Parts: sequence; C-alpha cells; structure tokens
Amino acid sequence: MTSNHRIHDFVSALAAAGALEPETLDEVAVPEAYVTVKSLSVEHWAEAARLAKAHGLRWAGCWADEVSTGYRLYVLLAANGQYVLLVAAWKEDDMPVPSQSTSYPAASRMERHMHDLLGIPWQGTTDTRRWTRHRAWEADQYPLRSNFPLQTDKTGHTPVDNHYPFEPIQGDGIYEIPVGPVHAGIIEPGHFRFQAAGEPILRLEERLGYVHKGIEKLAVGRDADSLVRLAGRVSGDSTVAYAWAAAMAIEQASGMAVSPRIQLIRGLLAERERVANHLGDIGAICNDVGFAFAHMQCQALREGWLRRNAEWTGHRLLMDVIKPGGIHCELSEDMRARLLDDHEQLRKEIRPLFDILDDHPSLEDRLLTTGYLSAATANELGVTGYVGKASGQNTDVRHDSPYGPYQNLQFSTATLEAGDVAARLAIRQMEIFSSLKLMQDMLEKLAQLPEEQMLEQDFPTPHVTGSLAIVDGWRGEILVFLRFDQQGKVVRFFPRDPSWFTWPALERIVLGNIVPDFPVCNKSVNASYSGHDL
Amino acid sequence: MADLLNLKEWVAVLGQLLMFALAAPMLVAWVKRVKCVLQNRKGPSLLQPYRDLSKLLKKEVRVAHTASPLFRATPYLVFSAVLVAASTVPLLQVHLPTTALADVIVLVGFLALARFFLALAGMDVGTAFGGMGASREMLISALAEPAMLMAIFTLTMSAHSTNLSSVIQHVLDTGLLLRPSLLFALLALLLVAIAETGRIPVDNPATHLELTMVHEAMILEYSGRHLALMEWAAQIKLLLYGVLISNVFFPWGIAETATAPALAIGALAILAKLVTLGMVLAVSETLVAKMRLFRVPAFLNLAFLLGLLGMLSYVILETSL
Repeated sequence: MTSNHRIHDFVSALAAAGALEPETLDEVAVPEAYVTVKSLSVEHWAEAARLAKAHGLRWAGCWADEVSTGYRLYVLLAANGQYVLLVAAWKEDDMPVPSQSTSYPAASRMERHMHDLLGIPWQGTTDTRRWTRHRAWEADQYPLRSNFPLQTDKTGHTPVDNHYPFEPIQGDGIYEIPVGPVHAGIIEPGHFRFQAAGEPILRLEERLGYVHKGIEKLAVGRDADSLVRLAGRVSGDSTVAYAWAAAMAIEQASGMAVSPRIQLIRGLLAERERVANHLGDIGAICNDVGFAFAHMQCQALREGWLRRNAEWTGHRLLMDVIKPGGIHCELSEDMRARLLDDHEQLRKEIRPLFDILDDHPSLEDRLLTTGYLSAATANELGVTGYVGKASGQNTDVRHDSPYGPYQNLQFSTATLEAGDVAARLAIRQMEIFSSLKLMQDMLEKLAQLPEEQMLEQDFPTPHVTGSLAIVDGWRGEILVFLRFDQQGKVVRFFPRDPSWFTWPALERIVLGNIVPDFPVCNKSVNASYSGHDL
Repeated sequence: MADLLNLKEWVAVLGQLLMFALAAPMLVAWVKRVKCVLQNRKGPSLLQPYRDLSKLLKKEVRVAHTASPLFRATPYLVFSAVLVAASTVPLLQVHLPTTALADVIVLVGFLALARFFLALAGMDVGTAFGGMGASREMLISALAEPAMLMAIFTLTMSAHSTNLSSVIQHVLDTGLLLRPSLLFALLALLLVAIAETGRIPVDNPATHLELTMVHEAMILEYSGRHLALMEWAAQIKLLLYGVLISNVFFPWGIAETATAPALAIGALAILAKLVTLGMVLAVSETLVAKMRLFRVPAFLNLAFLLGLLGMLSYVILETSL
C-alpha cells in the first residue's frame, strides 16, 4: 500500500463515516504536491483520529485559531511524506471537543496547550491538568483570544507554581527526585520529577513551560518581515529552519515565487545550522558520560564553523538571514570557495574523531543499550528527526516531501533500528556527512547561477487567509501555520517544534535506566525548551 | 623508633602538614593543566585553584534553614580529619613521630571519619541530591575500603609492620626488587585511589550534571568558606593518595635523615614523582569515559581481587625467600 493510497483511503473512510463537511471552511495555502486540506465536522474530531490510527497515519500536530464566527481547529496527519490537514469549526456554546489523545498519546500536551491559551475544552481526555499556564494568568483567561490584551498591565511577581499535581507512585522505598527548573549547569529551565527505587527510574514526569514567551500572541499584528524575525526566535538553535518555514508560508500565501539561487542559499544555511548543532550535540553527549576529549574537539570544530557563519552572514547562528521573499546576504564567489575549503577541512577532521567515537570501549559501555526507544513507541508518538531515525522511523521532510532546493538534489536518509543513545549519536554523524554532500551539490549548482541583486522590493500582501509550511529542521519536522487579515497582518502564528513529540519520548526512553544516566539520555534527545514552551 | 618528645621532629610534622595543605591545590591544577593540553586546550594557570579557594574563603556563607549544626561543623571536621590523615603519610622524610603514633589503619580510619561526616552533611539539608550523593558515596566506599586494606595488608605483611615509616624503610632496604606482591598491591591501590578521590572513571569532578554527581552532590549545598574547606580537603586527599603511592612503592629519594641536603633531595624526588603521577592520571582520565554507576562495584572488586592476589603471591612466592 503506498502512502498516497493510505491518505486517500483515510479520506474515503472519513467521507464514508459522514465526518467530512461538503464545503471548504477557509482558504488555506499549502504545498499542494503533498498536502490535502479537508473540512471535518467537529463532533467527528476523535473519530477522525481513530480512523487515522487505523490507517497507520502519523499525528503531526494540532492547533486552534479564533475567527470572527468562532474557532477553527486544525490537525495535521501524515504518511510517508503525504499530509492531510483537517479543519473543523467550533463555537463556545458547542459541546466540548472530543479529544484525540486517546488514539494519539502525543496529542495530550498540545490539547492542553490549546486549552490553556485558547480555552478549547476537551472531552474524553485523561489529563486535564494545565500545561503551558504557570499561574501567570488566571484559569479563566485565555491569552490567545482577541479580547486578551497584547500588553497586560500586570506587573510584579508571578505566583509560585508549586502545586502542580504530579502523578505519584506509592510503595516501599520509592522516592521522588525533583530536578530543576534551576539546574547546576547553564541550560534551559525545565522541571523533571523522577520516581525511583534506588537508582533505577520508575517514572519520569516532565513539567515544562518555564520559557513561555507568548510567541503566538507576540506575532499578532506583525507584518511579513517582522514575523519572520520573530519566527527566527522560536528556538534559537533552529533559527534558520523557523525563519525559512515562516518565509515559505508567507510566500505561499502571497503567491510569490523564490528564485532557484535564493532557494539554494537557504538550503545551504539550513544545512550549516544542522551541521553546527549536530557537532555540538555529539560533543555534549560524550561530555555527559565524562569523555571530555570528544567534547572539546567538537566544540573547536563547531566554533570554526560558527565563525565562518559570522564572516559570511554577520551572525554566528545565522539569525535574521532569511527574509520573506529572499535572503539578506548574497554568497560571493570568494566565500563560495572558502565554504568548499571548509567542507573539505571538516571532512578530514571528523573522520578520525568519529573513528575514535565508534571504537571506544568505555564510551560504548555507556552509550550502547542506554536510553532505548522502541520503534513501536517512536511510531506511536510520531517522533521525527534523529530521535525517530535512530528508532527506525524514516521521516525526513527534505526527502519525503521535497521543498525548495531539495527537489533537485539527490540524497539518501539513513535509519537505524537500535534506538539507543549510541544510535542517536550515529544518526547525527551520518547526517553531518549527508549534509556535507548536500552542501557540496548546492555550492556546485550555485556556481552556475549568477549572483542576484538584493533589491528592497515591496512585498505583496498575502491574499489567502491561512498558510501552512513544513520544513525539516535539524531536530526534525517543523510546521508553521500563519493566518493573515485583509491588510496582510498576521493574526495567528503557530510554530510546531518536533520537540512536542521528543519530550514525551524522553519520558519513555529513561524507563528502566538509572538516575545518573538521565543526563546522557536527555542530551541524546536534546529537545527544545523554547520551541516547545512558545 | 622516633623520639616522641623531640621538638625538632614535631616541627617537621607541622612543616609537612603545611606543605600538604599548600601543595594540594597545585596537584589538582597540574592534572587539569595536562588534561587541557591533551585536549588541545591552553588550560588555566597552575595558581587557579588558589584563586578559587581564596575567593570562596572571602565569600559569605549561605546555609539552608533546614540545616542542623552538623552541617556547619562538617567542613571543619572533614578538613581536619583529612589533614591529620595526611600527617601520617611520610612526605619528605621517612621517620616522623606521627607515623609511630598512627599506623596505616588509623590513616584509613581518619579518611573514613571524614567520609562519614561528609555523607551525613549531604543528607542533612534534606535535598534529593545530597541524599543521592551520600548513598552513592557509601556504595563506593563500602567496596573501596576492603580493597584498600587488602592492598595495605600485603605491604604490611612483607614489611612485618603496619607502620608506614617501617614499610617504606623496608622497601628501601630490600632495594629495587621486582616483587609480584608489590605490583599487585600497587595496581589495587591505584584503582582505590581513583575511586576514593572521585576521579574519572568513577566520578567526574568537573561535571555540572547534578544527577550524575557523587562527591559534588554531597557538597552542592555548601558555599563560601565551607565550600572552600570541602574543596580543599578533597584536594589534600588527592595529594595524600599521590604521596602514599609514590613514597610506598617508589620510595627512592626520600630523606632517611633530617638533614638539609637529604630533605632537599626528598622534596625534588616527591615533586618529580607527583608530576609523573599527575600526568598518568591526566592521560588515563582523557582516555576513558566515566563508568556507569553500577560498574563501579566491578571496578572496585577488581581492586580487591588485585589486593588479594598480592597477598596470595606474597604468601606463596615470597615468604620462602
């Protein structure tokens, strides 16, 4: 059964169940080659998830949006690079929406997020605890609704969030370890509640939301340029991917084509971001098991890479390089040659380093079989990116649903079945090599395209109300949903980070491991706090 | 046997104590420095630990309000216990009145005393990390102590004395003779020293990951001069093990009389030995990753086994000599 058939069969099954609305609710611009949009009646919301599960679809995120006539609910489902976007209308006096979390466990937190921010009530869900709301606003206030002010007059301290009901385990000798949100090292804030018997972990429950910045609300009223800048700050380490996705959504909505040269340069930037992050992660994983040597070597390589970024674009992490309709910096012939040299140099330096990592008994002892994520669990949670690839989930947007420059580039994606920390490390190593190959091809193609003048052009007003873009960030599949008003200003921005799925995966990964192995499990997943807390 | 009432000898003991306290940060700095070089880094100055200690000594002490008086007393207890333990290990000269008073079993006892209070203080505040660190420390030390005693018994059996001075004198007298029992004891003691001083692969002194810590987790709640004393005590402990291993197994150069030239040679000799030992430690720490916690028992069982083999080979091979 090919993927096309799977989506097609699912849509037919929905139609047969009488779940589809005959007319389109709103206009949503999507990459038509691989995304279909269907309108669903809201009472069939959970039914749709059940059917999707039966058809083996991956659940790729849900979000909601306030419109003049009520609310819109969106859910994106996927199978091997083909997507279907279901849209449903809901009004405040309607029944609570039947939850999809019974079919897809990963839906739970996103539904709780939707409840905290937009007040969508859920029915049939097992978990109704608040998620994003840390008492910074009242339980009956919903920041994303239009009646909630963009600037609140609330000042002073937010009340302490110390009564969150963690699920307890009872029994002899079982104790709790609360960790964070303030940690001994300098990392992002998140709270981890372990229940352990001696050293083995019985349960881990995450409590996130400490870096909630109100990004979705901050986007309201922005123009295209300013929105792309904001998108670049959803998660600082994925700034290229988010800016690109936001720019793609805007370009799609305004019907603007981007030249092949700009596409290639964007691809180059995205791959540079991927390589820098993977290098950092490989070192950090080794450092977490006390192998500082590899950490230092990777840090040095990453530093050289980032300095080249700064030299080329003016920003080490490539922030604000992509803009709607284009990019902010051209690639000169001289810089192109330097990048080619860099790639050759990096290849030469990582080979022996990776050889050490691959064949180091004391490192193997720590990484092999540690933090195992089964293919079945990865599939159930819909994990993408290196975490998914290490557990047999072959999803890569660049390959499965090629966009921009990837349409004309050949490359293969690798998956492993082992699902442990070592596999997640190995996938990162492979991705560095495949990115180097991709960048090589991109630079070769760029040599044949003349440099373009970066003109300050007037950006066309988006003429479709909604737009959805899907790109592959270094962590995995990233979605950006945008909706514009008549003047082309943003009224809804929803970025969905792959971390929405890798965070729940981490809770399962640590089971059966011992407490001191948690840091390396966590590092091997390296989910984003900022991208998730929004 | 040294004269217990000889004032000059007690001055020597005090001098040794001072040297232990002052030189300890330098050894840590040296190991760090070599590790940095091995990782293609520049590394901090050898004076950095002194700067850190003096900074901490000047800082205000913050104590959790759940802490009992034990928590405040522990840094002083630990520091003194380790320092007294250090006074029983001959540094520059073989014969010290303290070695006559306290033999090697007392040395192990003082270190155990320090550890006992350290673990209590770790649990005192009531945070999860302190308790976790204390439980891990006890796991490690329960296995390390027998291994250490076994290694030391091998030595004392061949020297027919538990007095460290006599042991060293014995090794000096018998000369450079490759004896399997000594080799096994050396290997056992090296492994024990790594575990007891919290070095890689047993514990990582440089870690910032609270969940993986052992020693660091117990002192996580300390600040200011309390923290300085705890850190300093840990540094002295590393030096103590370094000197113990160097002087017992490679005693050449140590002063047998308390004359100025002999002491000077002794000082140079111990410096050279520690520099070498520090390099060995740095290389081994660079080469291996930290062990999974549940591998540590196997590591220490190996140490125990080596100690046992040492003793057996002494009984079987060397008693007839």
